[in-house]
Amino acid sequence: MNTEMTSSRLLALLLLCLLSSVATAQVQVDDQPSDDPAVEKRLANLSHELRCLQCQNQTLAESPSGIAADLRREIRTQIKAGKSDKEIVAFLTQRYGDFILYRPRVTPMTYLLWFGPFVLLIGGLLLLFRYIKQRRDAIPEQALTAEERRRAEEMLQS
Amino acid sequence: MFRYLIPLALFVVLVVFLAVGLRRDPSKIPSALLDKPAPTFRLPQLKDREKTFSAEDMRGKVWMLNVWASWCVACRDEHPLLFKYAASGAVPIYGLNYKDEPADALAWLGELGDPYVLSAVDYDGRVGIDYGVYGAPETYIIDKSGTIRFKHVGPVTQDIWSKEVLPLVQQLNRQ
Repeated sequence: MNTEMTSSRLLALLLLCLLSSVATAQVQVDDQPSDDPAVEKRLANLSHELRCLQCQNQTLAESPSGIAADLRREIRTQIKAGKSDKEIVAFLTQRYGDFILYRPRVTPMTYLLWFGPFVLLIGGLLLLFRYIKQRRDAIPEQALTAEERRRAEEMLQS
Repeated sequence: MFRYLIPLALFVVLVVFLAVGLRRDPSKIPSALLDKPAPTFRLPQLKDREKTFSAEDMRGKVWMLNVWASWCVACRDEHPLLFKYAASGAVPIYGLNYKDEPADALAWLGELGDPYVLSAVDYDGRVGIDYGVYGAPETYIIDKSGTIRFKHVGPVTQDIWSKEVLPLVQQLNRQ
């Protein structure tokens, strides 16, 4: 069997999978942008800071999943109801936990995450300075002999 | 010489980090709602939409809330197990039909059977948001005072049932 044949069969199989998966679907909520650009701007700012919990490496703004659309709609509703960004984030963390925040809060649990890199950096610098100092102490400075000085001058002049 | 052991020590630390880190399931998110009051809701019942169901109705009882949908593949795996759990009589199981067309949901129960005392219809998923639902099936155990005492995302396997849910339910019922 040649490779072209295999890949076209594979494609057919993939198409079949795709078609069969649309048999039953989730209820899709209305995820239409609001007419008010101010609302959309705040939604965009907020949803770029929030994680889609179903597809954890996407923000709520980017994710096409059902739950992300639901949460966008919920955030829109709350913005229109006059809630502040802080209140909306509090609403979401109460339900989904701090995990929904892309920028983790500074709590004792996340100290290592926030400050660990700086601790490592300072530790590394200290080790480096110690090493340089040790090296400098280990190699005694020696004055040049008359012969060496002559050769060095020769090199500089040529 | 001691200094030759440093790379080995670093390697051991790395292995420990990887061993712990790689075994953790990143899709398991600690629930923010554990030991918090179960959010209130009043929703129509799937089989009789004239009637409603509310978490308040269950005050004084230990009960299980199972979030399911006909479009949810893992729910199909969990479904036969729910029959077993319901038959044990340990805890009444109530369904939350999440973001589903009622016709699809009823057809699904018609095909596979109905292990639930009843199912409430959360058509637009708004109650799901209050419960922090992000992927069906999800299961909650709520105690007599209406506090969430257990949450599990994904099918409740036989193992989870006998090791976690059953002991918890028995303990809560004694309170």
